Amino acid sequence: MPYSDKVLDHYNNPRNVGSFDKSDTTVGTGIVGAPECGDVMKLQLKINADGVIEDAKFKTFGCGSAIASSSLATELVKGKTLEEALQLQNTDIVEELALPPVKIHCSVLAEDAIKAAIADYRQKNGIAE
Amino acid sequence: MSVTLPIYLDNNATTRTDPRVVEAIIPFFSNTYGNAASKSHPFGWAAEEAVDKARAQVASLIGADPREIVFTSGATESNNLAIKGIAEMYAEKGDHIITVVTEHKAVLDTCKHLEASGMSVTYLEVDETGLIDIDVLKAAITGKTILISVMAANNEIGVLQPIREIGAICKERGIIFHTDATQAVGKTPFNVEELGIDLASFTAHKMYGPKGIGALYVRRRAPRVRLSAQIDGGGHERGFRSGTLNVTGIVGFGEAAALCQAEMAADAARLNDLRDKMEARLLAEIPECQVNGNREHRLPGLLNISFGFVEGESLLMGLCDVALSSGSACTSASLEPSYVLKALGVGDELAHSSLRFGLGRFTTPEEVEWVTEKVISEVARLREMSPLWELHLEGVDLSTVQWQPH
Repeated sequence: MPYSDKVLDHYNNPRNVGSFDKSDTTVGTGIVGAPECGDVMKLQLKINADGVIEDAKFKTFGCGSAIASSSLATELVKGKTLEEALQLQNTDIVEELALPPVKIHCSVLAEDAIKAAIADYRQKNGIAE
Repeated sequence: MSVTLPIYLDNNATTRTDPRVVEAIIPFFSNTYGNAASKSHPFGWAAEEAVDKARAQVASLIGADPREIVFTSGATESNNLAIKGIAEMYAEKGDHIITVVTEHKAVLDTCKHLEASGMSVTYLEVDETGLIDIDVLKAAITGKTILISVMAANNEIGVLQPIREIGAICKERGIIFHTDATQAVGKTPFNVEELGIDLASFTAHKMYGPKGIGALYVRRRAPRVRLSAQIDGGGHERGFRSGTLNVTGIVGFGEAAALCQAEMAADAARLNDLRDKMEARLLAEIPECQVNGNREHRLPGLLNISFGFVEGESLLMGLCDVALSSGSACTSASLEPSYVLKALGVGDELAHSSLRFGLGRFTTPEEVEWVTEKVISEVARLREMSPLWELHLEGVDLSTVQWQPH
């Protein structure tokens, strides 16, 4: 199966693997996907008082493209405001990683994970969307 | 430790042709290149003599008479010839076939083809180790049953079915017994007389011979099995299979069979030892993994094992320096878990993360050790990255989690 060099790089050297404390009010957690579909992504964002994402971590159960998509997502959101992060689209990930059509769903999952993490943070802190 | 990458551990898919076999074949390309059916000149006579010798070697390996060997293009053709040939020839006697859900597609799809034209087929289930239940088999027999087809050894999990018992039942009930022995012949003792087999399919390339040459054993007496040919033409192979004989392939098949007969016991002992050590280490060092298939009745050198909380495709990617097979046919985005593992009751997730290691004659202890280390480190690395493993360590039962399927 042909993987792009960028997918291989993220798969072999994933960025920002790990977890934050789920109960921390400065942390937003998004878990998307299902084991029976072969993909589960957990993305966590640490957000400072100015609404800027200062750190991000992920854990992914899935194929190499899913691991690469979530690893890249953590890199892309760091330093962005929540509003900016919400502008990110799966196509940004597809382009950067040169994902083939059968792996587009991995990038969609990563976009959903970012949105779910931000929604979780807002809900925890009583912030309306 | 010195190994050359990539490492080949897919010997149940195909094997390297033994160099001694290659050497035996070569003269038959440029020197002894006659058509074995040419009766009028020495080129044909020499080819025929070589075919006769190879036929005797192949027959000897399975305890058959050389006249009971029909050369084909491989086990798929042999399975087609046996099952369709019996269904046609014995159509007046009955229209019922019994087989097993874990058979190779060459048997299952042939049976489905016959079902479409009116045959009735019973597919026996297997237990969680992959074995059929002899009593269930007996109960499935009807007055219309003309053929029972049960594979000797399974290609994915290596389970060895109780062939001798099935042979005895078939003899007692007057039913023809076919076995797809593709994985078993050459690797484990297989004697058609002792096992009571009427028809057996097998192929050279699974036993260190060339691809494109196989055989169907067809019993000549007690009972004399008749078959409708599926390929018509010049009446080769006593009318069972027309077409110019593949002399180079047949010579290689014969040599491979002779080598297996001489070396099978030593090969099997060595491969079982290597496999058992690998299995013991993986089980000891990787929590939450399970061996699929019966561990007592199993082919030498085969290990099918599933790793929980790790996704299969990413595991194969991590093991890209090892040639092996996985429990899912993931040729596209739609992952299809192995139907064999499914039949054993292995869940889809575990089926996806299962690997089949197939050790062979040319596998070295160093290679097995390298792969074992690599599997241990890759599973650990991927679990470190897996949210499912994290939840599992926190004591969460994953079946109670509300997932958001895509």
